[in-house]
Amino acid sequence: MFGAVAPDGAWSVSAVNRRAKAAIEQVLEPLWVEGEMTGLKDFGGNWYFSLRDSLSQLRCVMFRDDARRLPAAPTEGMKVYAFGRATIYEKRGEYQLNVTRMMSTEAGGLFRVAFEKAKAALAKDGILDRPRKRIPAYPRWIAVVTSVEGAALRDIMTVAGQRWPVAQIAVIHTRVQGDGAVDDVVRALQVIQKLTKVDVAIVGRGGGSKEDLQVFNEERVARAVAAVPVPVISAVGHETDVTLCYLVADARAPTPSAAAEMATPDREEVLSDLEHLGARLARGLAHRVDRMDERVGRTGDRLVGAIERRLEAVSYQLSAVSGRLDALSPLGVLARGFAVPRDPSGRVLRRTADFHAGDPFALRVVDGTVTARVEGS
Amino acid sequence: MAAQPDFGKELERLEAIVRQLETPDLDLDQALKLFEEGVERLRAARDRLNAAQAKVKQVLSDHAGTLKVDDLDS
Repeated sequence: MFGAVAPDGAWSVSAVNRRAKAAIEQVLEPLWVEGEMTGLKDFGGNWYFSLRDSLSQLRCVMFRDDARRLPAAPTEGMKVYAFGRATIYEKRGEYQLNVTRMMSTEAGGLFRVAFEKAKAALAKDGILDRPRKRIPAYPRWIAVVTSVEGAALRDIMTVAGQRWPVAQIAVIHTRVQGDGAVDDVVRALQVIQKLTKVDVAIVGRGGGSKEDLQVFNEERVARAVAAVPVPVISAVGHETDVTLCYLVADARAPTPSAAAEMATPDREEVLSDLEHLGARLARGLAHRVDRMDERVGRTGDRLVGAIERRLEAVSYQLSAVSGRLDALSPLGVLARGFAVPRDPSGRVLRRTADFHAGDPFALRVVDGTVTARVEGS
Repeated sequence: MAAQPDFGKELERLEAIVRQLETPDLDLDQALKLFEEGVERLRAARDRLNAAQAKVKQVLSDHAGTLKVDDLDS
């Protein structure tokens, strides 16, 4: 019965494969497939693997240009979604899915895988728990590694400019996402060490999707952050975004604005500190002058004391002198019982000839005057 | 990049002056000298803070890796 088949009409192998390929591609539009990853092999960046479920397996290939867009290769047994076109590899006649995109169905997905892998490598080298540098209190030059087109730079300039305009800002532009961004960020971080005046650096970008922030989850970027000679503040995305860059930085800011705030003191506060110092300065001097006053005061007291003592001595001398004067006073004589007679005109009557019978006269005694009259001659 | 006096050092010096002025055994001459220096430094620091205006420069590097600092057009 086989002999009845005319070999004249036989198809070539390649014709069959080509036909089968065309048929499959016509029937099966590119589609998403859900399955479990198994047997992944990497040949020169091209991934060969299978997706399986409880009943079947599907051979897959993901070429280098597509594979390298993924943060990490999925692990064995991981549940993934793969998007691709079912086809036949004509050369081998193998039926397969040419995968161009892939996502993990697990929490965090492939990013999580990549993150944990890089984190483990950094931890192994002691980069995660290395001692952190302290942010200077009064920076002079702040280096900012970010995109000059991004909102992050605007925010940083505004906040730093308001709080601490004393500092100058040196912007080192870098792409923060897309092809070549990793090399760019690493290069920009390396530039900082040539800027010897810079005393603190901010590296980051505004918020974005997980994919957008991926650059800051790259192990090479994390290592470059750790290698910056001055303290680095990480400012990637928003509060909830924990990147590797964030984990290795010397300080971690939830947003670019917060990073600028961390990097700078507040001018108003510093001014009020200055006022405070000024007040202490004035008090210090006033205190010194008070003490001087006290000393002068004490000297004055001594002076007054001396003068008083001198006055006492003088007044004692005076009273002694006045005692002697008393003895000489006519009152003293009267006190001893003598009296002074005067005629009505006040003339002192000294001799008997001054007295005439019947004349009135006054007798001055120690406590007053008595009137009298001459009786005989 | 112009030379910039270090604000932290300046504040430290001021702090030291005040502390010295607050020590009990200091003669009046010294106290006056410290006070004058302190007042002068305070004034300079305050002036600097009030006059400060942030400058933003962009650091560019050519292919040879030579750095160039330009004003950033904002």
